[in-house]
Amino acid sequence: MSAGISGQAIRRAAGQGRKALVAYYPVGYPDVPGSLDVLRALCGDDDQPGADLIEIGLPYSDPVLDGVVIQRAGTRALDRGVRTRDVFTAVETVAATGTTPVVMTYWNLVDRYGVDAFARDLAAAGGAGLITPDLVPDEASDWFEASDAHGLDRIFLVSPSSSDERIAATAAACRGWLYATAVMGVTGTRTQSSSLAPDLVARVRRLAPNTLVGVGLGVSNGDQAHDVAGFADAVIVGSAFIKPMLAAEDAGDPGDLTGVRTVLADLVDGVRRSG
Amino acid sequence: MSLPDAAGHFEIFGGKYVPEALYAALAQLEAEFDRAMDDPTFWAELDDLRRNYSGRPTPLTEATRFAKHCGNAIVLLKREDLNHTGSHKINNVLGQALLTKRMGKTRVIAETGAGQHGVATATAAALLGLECRVYMGKVDTDRQALNVARMQLLGAEVIAVESGSQTLKDAMNDAMRDWVASVDNTHYLIGTVAGPHPFPKMVREFQRVISTETRAQVLERFGRLPDAVTACVGGGSNAMGMFADFVDEPTVALYGFEAGGDGVETGRHASAIYGGSVGVLHGMRTYILQNEDGQTKESHSISAGLDYPGVGPEHSWLADTKRATYEPVTDAEAMEAFQLLTRTEGIMPAIESAHAAAGTMRLGKRIAAKYPDARPILVICLSGRGDKDVDTAIKWFGIDGSVDASVGGQL
Repeated sequence: MSAGISGQAIRRAAGQGRKALVAYYPVGYPDVPGSLDVLRALCGDDDQPGADLIEIGLPYSDPVLDGVVIQRAGTRALDRGVRTRDVFTAVETVAATGTTPVVMTYWNLVDRYGVDAFARDLAAAGGAGLITPDLVPDEASDWFEASDAHGLDRIFLVSPSSSDERIAATAAACRGWLYATAVMGVTGTRTQSSSLAPDLVARVRRLAPNTLVGVGLGVSNGDQAHDVAGFADAVIVGSAFIKPMLAAEDAGDPGDLTGVRTVLADLVDGVRRSG
Repeated sequence: MSLPDAAGHFEIFGGKYVPEALYAALAQLEAEFDRAMDDPTFWAELDDLRRNYSGRPTPLTEATRFAKHCGNAIVLLKREDLNHTGSHKINNVLGQALLTKRMGKTRVIAETGAGQHGVATATAAALLGLECRVYMGKVDTDRQALNVARMQLLGAEVIAVESGSQTLKDAMNDAMRDWVASVDNTHYLIGTVAGPHPFPKMVREFQRVISTETRAQVLERFGRLPDAVTACVGGGSNAMGMFADFVDEPTVALYGFEAGGDGVETGRHASAIYGGSVGVLHGMRTYILQNEDGQTKESHSISAGLDYPGVGPEHSWLADTKRATYEPVTDAEAMEAFQLLTRTEGIMPAIESAHAAAGTMRLGKRIAAKYPDARPILVICLSGRGDKDVDTAIKWFGIDGSVDASVGGQL
């Protein structure tokens, strides 16, 4: 598998002797400008280290792989008028900080925008590629064509229930890295990281050597990030960044980034901790 | 005709747009379904349940008084309302519940709108000793409390879904989320010909019995095939069941009637084919109601069972190839037919099925205007009975439950 653009960010972290941190956050929550502030913060303030790769979510009305936290933020973002085109603004914002952005969204939004047009605008905004939670390579012929035409990464998912054949085929279809869903379930923080994750990553290593693997679904703090960093190339965190933003809104200060910065610092430390 | 293809496509429609986590479960289901289709033991078991539990074959009733409102047509009602639990839903549920046992799974989950599919699933779960959980939008649990209680009496757990628009589509999302986390011991018993492959094909095959029986019954009684068969279309399972054995009979016209709500032109409707566009929802490419960005739009219908923003992919294919015709029927037209059929035949249809009755009235008159001498045979799939809809009818017709007069009281 080629490391593409986004895989380079993971390799750069490896060059520093550690694993990469991938931060997910949806555009449009608490509103579009507010989400851009969060995304900038996730890239690291001033000289502070931040996430190595930013995964920008584009909210969808029917997000079947998302747990309640991401659903709630997404529903509010949609109620407040977030549009598909706003994701390109978010991509530009992240790219301007020097951190690599990828987009994660459900397929109908891309399909509706026009697969080639979406790829063209994503590439033009400085995006590295697209994570497709409900598009498997079997249905992705349009996306193969468009991602090749515009030089974008294709990040597909594997799960503990994937057969060996499907893990090998999915890894071969990816460019950039492979997203391993560590638990059987939807997004959301969990108190324990899954015992299924190391086994899944080990299977990927065996079936598709030289594949960069990111592990997501369930990681919420530095300790868990450290655990996952023990066997994966990248640690993906999402809901943990949204929770403090939901809490900030409930507390009447939706622009308060203190909670996000605290979570980020813990995670940044988690992937850097030795031993 | 051998659609869908091996990957579940009806040309551009259908497919499997699902998280990879569900792929293995879909593959297992497909393999088990294929084995069962070729297994006489499976069919014998299903046939026994159909005859001795559900009450098949269902009758074909000639509606002579109602037919006076349908031009010169001979109108026949395929009485799926007489099935156990009151609708065609049991046909599919029995088939999938048997597959669940064959796969060694012990738990079923289902989504439901009005509650008909939930009740049918809870019924089959009780019959076969399966654990059962039903997801239902919060809006629907509030307005269908009776069906919530029925499911609970049958031993099922009912979960109110408070995400999104809190209706059927969101119940389907949460059933999918449950399934992603529970595929090892759980079968997701989808209630219609929608969702990822193999559901559209599998549910069609379990509902095919409707048209198989209808074909034989019409031939036996009239010595020829019907001129048209009609059905309401939400997800489209009773319609696919009614169409399946007639698709290859070019002389039989196929009519699907979608929920037109307040009228398609108002934007408040559930006519995915007539008033929607092609997109991806709930694991399939099909006609859906969506906005400019591809976000799903809420559907509207007086009938909870048709209140869904998508439609089974095979219907989209039948529409695009013009093999079947799909037209909207408004709430008002459906309720008029609901009352008319009740008063002329003593058969109170589900409001869903009343859409098919209303569309057939329109169709019969249209044929009479064009061919005044013709006596076409039109078969309506009367998919369910209307007991569950009495509350809605009370509100619609402004009946207040008070009596017309009293006798035997004070002098």
